[in-house]
Amino acid sequence: MDAHTLLQVRDLHVAYRTRLGHVSAIDGISFDVKKGEILGLVGESGCGKSTLGKALLRMLPTSARIEGEITYEGGTNLLELEQHALRDFRGRRASMMFQDPMTSLNPVQRVDEHILEAIEVHEPETPKEAALERARTLIERLGIQAQRLRAYPHQLSGGMRQRIMIGLGLVLNANLIIADEATTSLDVIVEAKLLDQLREVREEFGLAMIVITHNIALVAELADRVAVMYAGRIAELGSVYEVFDHPRHPYTQGLLKSVPNIKLDETEELYKMPGEPPNLTHPPSGCRFHPRCPMVMPICKEREPTMVEAKPGHDVHCWLFAEDALKDQASGKVAS
Amino acid sequence: MTAFGEKPSTLVEVKDLKKWYPIHKTFLDRVLAGSQNYVRAVDGISLSIRRGEVFGLAGESGSGKTTTGRLIVRLEDPTSGEILFDGRDLATLSAEDMRKERRRMQVIFQDPMACLNPRMSLGQAIGHGLRIHYPAQADSHREQIMEIMEKVGLYPARYFFNKFPHQISGGQRQRVVIARALITRPELVLADEPIAMADVSVRAQLLALMNDLRDEFNLTYLFITHDLATAKYICDRIGILYLGKMVETAPIQTLYAKPLHPYTQALLAAVPVPNPHERRTTPLPEGEIPNPIDPPSGCRFHPRCPIAQAICSEEEPPLREIQKDHLAACHFAEQFR
Repeated sequence: MDAHTLLQVRDLHVAYRTRLGHVSAIDGISFDVKKGEILGLVGESGCGKSTLGKALLRMLPTSARIEGEITYEGGTNLLELEQHALRDFRGRRASMMFQDPMTSLNPVQRVDEHILEAIEVHEPETPKEAALERARTLIERLGIQAQRLRAYPHQLSGGMRQRIMIGLGLVLNANLIIADEATTSLDVIVEAKLLDQLREVREEFGLAMIVITHNIALVAELADRVAVMYAGRIAELGSVYEVFDHPRHPYTQGLLKSVPNIKLDETEELYKMPGEPPNLTHPPSGCRFHPRCPMVMPICKEREPTMVEAKPGHDVHCWLFAEDALKDQASGKVAS
Repeated sequence: MTAFGEKPSTLVEVKDLKKWYPIHKTFLDRVLAGSQNYVRAVDGISLSIRRGEVFGLAGESGSGKTTTGRLIVRLEDPTSGEILFDGRDLATLSAEDMRKERRRMQVIFQDPMACLNPRMSLGQAIGHGLRIHYPAQADSHREQIMEIMEKVGLYPARYFFNKFPHQISGGQRQRVVIARALITRPELVLADEPIAMADVSVRAQLLALMNDLRDEFNLTYLFITHDLATAKYICDRIGILYLGKMVETAPIQTLYAKPLHPYTQALLAAVPVPNPHERRTTPLPEGEIPNPIDPPSGCRFHPRCPIAQAICSEEEPPLREIQKDHLAACHFAEQFR
């Protein structure tokens, strides 16, 4: 792990026990988050992106079984941390924003009480006056008047509530924020302004962010790197320019061609990807995208591809990019 | 309206439509205050929808787009105003006459799971409208249901006929809702965010289906959406709503190429583009959409408008034709021509 890496995830698996059987929501995912970068995690519903976000803070329900390795700044594997250490990690180092801030904020607590509580729990030595001053500076920096500290969540607009959530993430100087569809319920103008705010906060505090979303355009707008997820696996991972300019995985290619683009000529038809994302109780064999893939080969149905570096820093999980030798070897194995 | 050529045939004409919801108050409040407050969800909207076109209604939450749609098919009764459907004023029809008229207009809602009865098989759900409107022709119902199912891509229909909503995928459910809407052969289809719940890879399929069906059944759509990027791929004309008012209407290409209202300009600028080389750099208007109980005076957008002058807070700008077929409600729209 080099000095620029903040979070390292290796071979992460998450499975849920359900009445319908075993659902492998995350099936062997590895990636890094560098200090100060914004990583976009994009995918359709059921691809495992929210499960992944929660797994990174170990916030999954007890029905989930989680395996693999998550290390933060080269420390201990998060999956082995004791409860109290985990709690410290969650507040001080990493925090999470959800789609609906109303479910994360306590309706009978004022904004200042939320912020003060966080400081009190994690830094009990801080005097109350200093804590209050910190809360004031922070929310003013986020463009909310200090007097709003006395407001209850229902008295604020949706955009303000999400900014309070950013504030709660920042108050303990966490250097990782995981935002799970944090702007999805906002109107476009408010959403765009929140994106500006996230960008500013990143510049100013040197934060890293993982932005989980189904909105591909939003990733193009905000992220430095992007991981495209499909059915519990990362299909493609690379810099946002690489992935949008030269998508390599057939899923990414299809996805990008099916996104409406307000700037393009509307006579250009959207690509209609056949089928729908699979149900993970019975995922397809081999590469999980093979039933919908226009470039499917015999091997795709039989064996899962490995992550291949198609170009430095640009990884693709697809047989098209596996080296010929690997292909031969793999198909030989299948045949024998 | 147009000076030359044939006047396009209008299917729906809405004039000065209003829907004010009274705010519930306690008895004491009423005695003390004396006046009743209203949420002015729709506050004087006029529009016309031409036969065979897709008319889009777009705006942020609270702009009144859904209420306008519901008023037009009379799922809600207007506070005032006229709704002419094929020349007849729906607002004055009796319940019985309205029911007869209703087979000519159908609705596709956003969440298919919420509007399909979980205990009705897909065949039953789709055929429900037939049983209500054409009970006399019960013999042919099954055949008609199978036919429409295949038309919307639920193929083979025999396989889907006895399935239940929970047994099929989200995209297929929306196809069921579309089939159910089309089975009475309506002329007008109100589609309220019909693809907002679908996954990106499925949206394009549904949009294409709606386009094909429009040609096949000579449909007119009222397409309600908050997503301007999607609107572009289906609408012929579009109206932009802000706080219960229509601020601009135009053919879709015209509106996107040259928006005349500062609000439309802001809205279009805020839409993220799936291209990292085209990140937005333009500033956006301050604040958020105000409270519709006590809307700003004059032009409702003036507190947030970058080009607001004194007149904007005093006089409400009417929706007027700035260029042929391009209407905007702004005192200074000319400068953007």
